[in-house]
Amino acid sequence: MPQFDPSTFSSQLFWLLICFVVLYWVVSKFAIPRIGDILAQRERVVQDDLDRAESLKGEAKQALADYEAAMAGAREQARMLMFKVTSDTKATAETHNREIGEELTAQIADAEQRIATARDEAMDSLTSIAADAAKDAASRLAGLEVNSDDAESAVIAAMEGTR
Amino acid sequence: MATEDHGPMAQFEIKSLIDLNVGGYDISYTNSALFMTLAVICTFSLFWAATHKRTMVPSRIQSIGELMFEFVAGMVKENVGKEGMRYFPFIFTLFVFILFGNVLGLLPYSFTFTSHIIVNAALAVFIFVAVTIIGFATHGLHYLRLFCPAGTPLPVAIVLVPIEIMSYFIRPVSLSLRLFANMLAGHVLLKVLAGFVISLGIFGVVPFLAVGAVTMLEIMVALIQAYVFALLSTIYLNDAVHLH
Repeated sequence: MPQFDPSTFSSQLFWLLICFVVLYWVVSKFAIPRIGDILAQRERVVQDDLDRAESLKGEAKQALADYEAAMAGAREQARMLMFKVTSDTKATAETHNREIGEELTAQIADAEQRIATARDEAMDSLTSIAADAAKDAASRLAGLEVNSDDAESAVIAAMEGTR
Repeated sequence: MATEDHGPMAQFEIKSLIDLNVGGYDISYTNSALFMTLAVICTFSLFWAATHKRTMVPSRIQSIGELMFEFVAGMVKENVGKEGMRYFPFIFTLFVFILFGNVLGLLPYSFTFTSHIIVNAALAVFIFVAVTIIGFATHGLHYLRLFCPAGTPLPVAIVLVPIEIMSYFIRPVSLSLRLFANMLAGHVLLKVLAGFVISLGIFGVVPFLAVGAVTMLEIMVALIQAYVFALLSTIYLNDAVHLH
């Protein structure tokens, strides 16, 4: 067997040493740093991407929270505005109602006043008309000449009596 | 001589390509040395091709480089732990050297330097000596505890210690013989089967198919033996670094 021929051992061992040392250098100074670098870089990129995704997720969550807060604020404001408008309207309507009511009351009072005046006047003139009528009737029927003042007091007395 | 040249052992013949002699030692550049050189060149080319583009999503060749790296790195980390990563470049060198030695040897007309016991023995003895030195440097005389784990009863220790010592010193032998025997047997088998292809004429198809099948098996063996050699080295290293 050629494997057990010691004359070849020295050259095999010599070249094994040379080649193994060179290969060790190639592996430790070339292959491992370069592959290690690539793997580390990939890991870094993946980690960065994961981190960014995480922060973006946080931002999205924040944005949603902001939106919801803004929404709630707007709803509240709308409710307040609605309330204000309703109460304002109610107040204005009440004021108007009151003013109109007062005006009407004033007009009614005025009208009543005028009616009372007119009636009093009418009443006054009624006495004189009745006195005239009584004086006329006395002169025509009885031929009595009654003066106006007497007739008038007689009429007043008669009206007092009927009341 | 003609029959000897084409016999199953002829493929293991060391042939000098450039005769060299220094101080009475024959250090001729042989076919063995040529294939060792090729292993170095292949390793360099593989990792150059794997790393010169540096893409985030690896190309095929880059995947191969990364895969080998992570495979061996994982093996070292798993067996020796984080502090074992100091020895990762050596284990990785060992792995690719044997791997290319085995795989290049499967090419027709090539030479398998790992089929020579002296090469394997040199690697195994180097590992054995290095592991022993690391063991004593890390643990001092406590490293001898390796042969007699704490709490072993005396009657057991009497039997156990010689066995442990024997198994420790048999390590380089088994390590080198395993690779040597695997490579030798595979290549002899291939050569013998291939010899039948011509001599059987038309029926040579049967051994021809067998050669194909065995070649596939041998590719597997080539990979597995490189893995086993590196794995056992890390396991020995673990003993030296952590005892047990």
